Amino acid sequence: MPSRILRKRKLIPGMTSELVIEAPHIAAKALPGNFVILRVWEDGERIPLTIADADKEAGTITLVYLVMGKTTAHLETLDAGDDIQDLCGPLGRATEIHKVDGPVICVGGGTGIAAMHHIAKGHHMAGNRVVTIIGARCEDLLLFRDELCSFCPEVLIATNDGSCGRQGLVTDLLVEMLENDKTVAEVVAVGPVPMMRAVAEATRPFGVKTTVSLNSIMVDGIGMCGACRVSVGGETRFACVDGPEFDGHAVDFGELGARLTAFKDQERLSYEEFKSHGCKCSK
Amino acid sequence: MAANAPSKMTKAPRTAMPEQDPKVRARNFEEVALGYTAEMALAEAKRCLQCKKPACRKGCPVEIDIPGFIKQITAGDLDEAYAVLRQTNSLPAVCGRVCPQETQCEGSCIVGKKGEPVAIGRLERFVADTHLAKTACETVTGGPACAMPHDDLKVACIGSGPSSLTCAGYLAARGIPVTVFEALHEVGGVLVYGIPEFRLPKAVVRQEVEAMKALGVEFRTNWVGGKTITVPELLESGYSAVFIGVGAGLPRFLGVPGENLIGVFSANEYLTRVNLGRAYKFPATDTPTFPAKHVVVFGGGNVAMDAARTAMRLGADKVSLAYRRTEHEMPCRREELHHAKEEGLDILCLNAPVEFIGDETGRLKQIVLQRMELGEPDESGRCTPVACQGDTCTLTADMAIVAVGTGANPLISQTTPGLETYRRGYIVADPATGETSIPNVFAGGDIVTGAATVISAMGAGRRAAKAIADRLLGGATAATPPDNAAEDSADA
Ligand SMILES: Cc1cc2nc3c(=O)[nH]c(=O)nc-3n(C[C@H](O)[C@H](O)[C@H](O)COP(=O)(O)OP(=O)(O)OC[C@H]3O[C@@H](n4cnc5c(N)ncnc54)[C@H](O)[C@@H]3O)c2cc1C
Ligand SMILES: Cc1cc2nc3c(=O)[nH]c(=O)nc-3n(C[C@H](O)[C@H](O)[C@H](O)COP(=O)(O)OP(=O)(O)OC[C@H]3O[C@@H](n4cnc5c(N)ncnc54)[C@H](O)[C@@H]3O)c2cc1C
Ligand code: SF4
Ligand code: SF4
Ligand code: FES
Repeated sequence: MPSRILRKRKLIPGMTSELVIEAPHIAAKALPGNFVILRVWEDGERIPLTIADADKEAGTITLVYLVMGKTTAHLETLDAGDDIQDLCGPLGRATEIHKVDGPVICVGGGTGIAAMHHIAKGHHMAGNRVVTIIGARCEDLLLFRDELCSFCPEVLIATNDGSCGRQGLVTDLLVEMLENDKTVAEVVAVGPVPMMRAVAEATRPFGVKTTVSLNSIMVDGIGMCGACRVSVGGETRFACVDGPEFDGHAVDFGELGARLTAFKDQERLSYEEFKSHGCKCSK
Repeated sequence: MAANAPSKMTKAPRTAMPEQDPKVRARNFEEVALGYTAEMALAEAKRCLQCKKPACRKGCPVEIDIPGFIKQITAGDLDEAYAVLRQTNSLPAVCGRVCPQETQCEGSCIVGKKGEPVAIGRLERFVADTHLAKTACETVTGGPACAMPHDDLKVACIGSGPSSLTCAGYLAARGIPVTVFEALHEVGGVLVYGIPEFRLPKAVVRQEVEAMKALGVEFRTNWVGGKTITVPELLESGYSAVFIGVGAGLPRFLGVPGENLIGVFSANEYLTRVNLGRAYKFPATDTPTFPAKHVVVFGGGNVAMDAARTAMRLGADKVSLAYRRTEHEMPCRREELHHAKEEGLDILCLNAPVEFIGDETGRLKQIVLQRMELGEPDESGRCTPVACQGDTCTLTADMAIVAVGTGANPLISQTTPGLETYRRGYIVADPATGETSIPNVFAGGDIVTGAATVISAMGAGRRAAKAIADRLLGGATAATPPDNAAEDSADA
């Protein structure tokens, strides 16, 4: 049962797009923190993408992706009206959201900002005071700023080149906040592995609960293959069913980073073939 | 029939199965065993003594009328032979290929007492393949009527392995609409994502599934029980009964240092990439697998054999299989062990892993093995391996595949309040009906028994379907279509 793309918005041309997809059965159940696994075509690879938003009434989910290799590049060739071969979800444990006393700081980097958006929104709906910190290399690469501003009164920005907000890293802003406000209840970080690692290191001395969303390589997404295994507190956990969110202070980021390179030669080959021949499916 | 000059007949040797040359097949994914010709099948069928009290039948978990279908082969009526098979077995083309016949039907065959048993599995495959070679339409019109006379009822099956397929097929044949919910994008369970093409061509499974679709079974792929839809939600939305056949998919690891290095895979991941993801055609397909020169597989069951033989076909220079006990204790089918050795598998018995060692980029480069010896038999009767202290060796390896068993996936039990499970997460089900602690919710196959066999999962699916049909139709099922009365002793 293919799923129809209803709308497509190019957020950063050639790099990142947002898709609104018709999937009422997934939208009905999707919670912040959940993800889907999709395949673009009949011989496609299964890849995980976070549910950046869900609209139960309209029966749609929103995905935001960064073009990294073959599958995301192939996805980028699709448009509104096209079908995605397979779409499965919602997968993973939902974010644990409770009403807390102090503020919740949600940190997002790169495409992770889109995924973080759904979590920030969840905390907001639960009545928590949400502060978001988002970062990118430059202003043009900042995602979801307007969406975040629509419900979150405090959106702090860091860019590497200083083209928007503070020049520097999201962790600089985070550390300042933690120094000034001892009531921070939780920090949530979604983004590239080095960023999540840096956030976890930044919060460690403050002893603030830190949740990270891990993006290990996945195959089935329902706990049957172990491809997604990560070490958390010295134990092996499966990111697809035990996560993808874990205690950032316990995650072995070095192992995660290494495991993400497992197939890098084949991924490069596949992407280059795709770029030279174009899409292999019949369309 | 038994008077058919048996003494002369039994002297005839078992008809050999034509196979691809080991050297050729060790590098391709074509089916290894090519199947009997009509002449071979006839010759083999004539070896059966047509026993009055057939021992073979007791050895088959679904008690196929073995002399019955073999008699039809000798009589030249293959349609009737197929009809006999289908009375108790809804996937004969699959079972003929993958059942451990040596411990089941053939293990009990009387001819096997003095010589080699009748090749029951091969004959079953011959009959089913001949039948499947006809169109799906004929397959169906030969069966019961397709219309759903009970369209006020509906039953949900979660998972699409042999247990669910059997349950669905049985109910559909009795006019009860069935929806099968499968988490992956393809239907068939282990038959498509686990057992490789060279042993069970996917086309065989697909044909059996197509026949079921023609019977009116609806398949929904990419639906995860417990996530996309839960068992209580299925009951609330009008399904009269739910059958849970989600298999035992949770991979077990060895628990030794270095197990998360790049290059160490669970057999599930490795086989899923290759079979479900068709990674053997990469880069024409998108799912990659790991190219490796020196592969070591851990385990001694069918899963380990399939992983090892797959690694050979994907171009490894050397594939070794390390097993804690001896060949004698390996739980795999004998035919697989034999085929794997012919293809050049290096078997390291009495060896257990101690540590995986990686390079500075986190990739596997060496494996330390511990020599073992056999000690006292455990409660299962198998000898427990004991470490020979201080006797270790180190192998060079760039890939390791762990195939040391699986556990119960908790997705369903976590999301179904009131569903009783055993300590290790397997679902508690009534052995006679498959009903769980929740009324109208049934379970069967590996999620109840732990990893077992295709045919025992099918037996469980069938028993549950029977109980469901009896309940929904008020015991009115007896007449349509004929059923094997002596079926209930199955796998337990
Ligand atoms: C739970 C989860 C949620 C995710 N959500 C999103 C999302 O919302 N938006 C988004 O853009 N991406 C997300 N990702 C990452 C996304 O799955 C990968 O970028 C995607 O699989 C790349 O596929 P590809 O074929 O295009 O590239 P590939 O050819 O597979 O990979 C290209 C490069 O990406 C790296 N890579 C491979 N797999 C991953 C991975 N899982 N995560 C990070 N890097 C990877 C490789 O090392 C390689 O360098 C998520 C991952 C997980 C596990
Ligand atoms: C590599 C391998 C080789 C084997 N070789 C043999 C052999 O030669 N002979 C033999 O007799 N047996 C063999 N077996 C064992 C046999 O395949 C299994 O015992 C049998 O398939 C179990 O059937 P099942 O119906 O219980 O579940 P499975 O076949 O495991 O199917 C379960 C299905 O449920 C799906 N599922 C899981 N969770 C969910 C969920 N939450 N929602 C929806 N769907 C879900 C899975 O994706 C899967 O498709 C082998 C097993 C493996 C792994
Ligand atoms: S189903 Fe399996 S055990 Fe039964 S007769 Fe066929 S091959 Fe033998
Ligand atoms: S036991 Fe052997 S010889 Fe007797 S009926 Fe069965 S297959 Fe034929
Ligand atoms: S992706 Fe297979 S177990 Fe998590």
